[in-house]
Amino acid sequence: MAALRIQGLKKAFGGLPAINDVSLEVAAGERRLIIGPNGAGKTTLFNLLTGDLPRDAGSIALFDEEVSRFSTSRRCHRGLARTYQIITLFPQDTLEHNVALSLLGLSRERWSMFGRLPARFYADARAVLAQVGLEAVAHRPIAEVAYGEKRRVEIAMALAQKPRVLLLDEPLAGLSREERGKVKAVIGAIPRETTVVMIEHDMDTALDMADRITVLHYGRVIVEGTRSEVVADPKTREVYLGH
Amino acid sequence: MKTALAVIVAAALLPLIAGEYYVNLASQIVIFAVFAASINLLLGYGGLPTLGHAAYLGVAAYLSALLYLKLHLAHWAIAPLALAGTTLMAGVFGLIALRATGLGFLMLTLALSQVLWGTAYRWVSMTDGDNGLRGLARPAPFGLNLNEAMPFYYFVLAVGVLAVWMMARFVASPFGATLRGTRDQPRRMSALGYDVWLIRWITFVYAGFWGAVSGLLFVYYHKYIHPVSLSLANSAEGLLAVIAGGSGTLAGPLVGAAIVLLLKNWVSAYIERWNMLLGFVFVFIVVFMPEGVVPGVRRLWRRYASRA
Repeated sequence: MAALRIQGLKKAFGGLPAINDVSLEVAAGERRLIIGPNGAGKTTLFNLLTGDLPRDAGSIALFDEEVSRFSTSRRCHRGLARTYQIITLFPQDTLEHNVALSLLGLSRERWSMFGRLPARFYADARAVLAQVGLEAVAHRPIAEVAYGEKRRVEIAMALAQKPRVLLLDEPLAGLSREERGKVKAVIGAIPRETTVVMIEHDMDTALDMADRITVLHYGRVIVEGTRSEVVADPKTREVYLGH
Repeated sequence: MKTALAVIVAAALLPLIAGEYYVNLASQIVIFAVFAASINLLLGYGGLPTLGHAAYLGVAAYLSALLYLKLHLAHWAIAPLALAGTTLMAGVFGLIALRATGLGFLMLTLALSQVLWGTAYRWVSMTDGDNGLRGLARPAPFGLNLNEAMPFYYFVLAVGVLAVWMMARFVASPFGATLRGTRDQPRRMSALGYDVWLIRWITFVYAGFWGAVSGLLFVYYHKYIHPVSLSLANSAEGLLAVIAGGSGTLAGPLVGAAIVLLLKNWVSAYIERWNMLLGFVFVFIVVFMPEGVVPGVRRLWRRYASRA
């Protein structure tokens, strides 16, 4: 069963097509890397998958369930989680509160209007933060931690929901070599029950982590295959090297 | 908690040391504080600036007055009917206003309240237009006579404390945490599985309910209702009280309400151009404490304590 099946997906801004008839299939448990030059439509594709942007045409199925008409929040409840290219956290709140908010999102207790947030949410949040090596700073506000740690909180928030499909939008962007190593280890430790689709510019690092790679260019899939197939394809060289 | 208890005790002791004029002024401050606190739910915790919240105060007051004058119902029946009717209206208005956020939301709330304000002015056969509705009476819960300043003050204080406590519980709850999340990162909240629109709508209705409660207290106090209660000026005063006191804090709207009411009622007795003074006070607050008086004083206190 495919974890993610996209067929004939289209999105245009004004007259400019950002995603142009994209079809692809990601198998359950697969690590899929999406690459392409700036403006290729990678983040737009993610925004269409999560429902942040409405599609113009095409269909999106999550484990054979058509989710194209679902709201963003409903897709999340179906097991789709994501991180953002631009860090999108709650800077005044602590790391554990950020992750607790993520856990609360899938709990019925999010509708509780007169109780307190049960302590177990914070305990669970600290356990998830421990998975990404941040338990020591769990009580600190997001605004007071380093950029690389914020990146790991982004991933922790997504992992806290135990997603079936995880979309990682440039998780290594702007990180030092040391931080890249830490984030890469976190991604590498994600269990195979979670299918991972990742956008990444750092080819040296990202190619190692992918089972299959999709190359996007001007909103179209131009190459898809294993690492060696994609690297050997002349269209990839043309896109990246211009010849 | 200790500060809150101290404020309640001080407020309860006020009638023992202050004259009737000040007790009545304190009643008005508490009523306006409930109104401002309900606006704070939207502005401070939901990030939804409203310029139409007087609609709920005014409609609850008008419903109460009309049910009393036209249908001659008892207060025990009028109060829940007025609250239910106004809350229902808040539910419908929320469906319209929450089609937008930010300035769009502000304009929609303003437009909806202006429709009601115009209706109150022009539907003379029902509202007596610019004359307003008079001949109203205060309720007598459990046989208590609320016509004197002191018992009415204690009644208003009890309802006010209950209202602020209920709103405090609301914002401290898991739902309150999600509401603040929708204020700060609505897109992220959707991606985390939250129905951002529904969270905002529930808060809109809840704020409308407490706006309606302040409207009932308002009409009980004045025993009279006029279209100006539905006006833009009334909504704006509530909004300014929240901003001046400190939005997103529990104490802010209460302090802001006290500042506005004291300037309007007390200072105006001594200074002819009190409106100018009100303007200067707001300018002073915005320049020197842009986050509002309560967070501003906290900030100054922390600075002082760290130097000491």
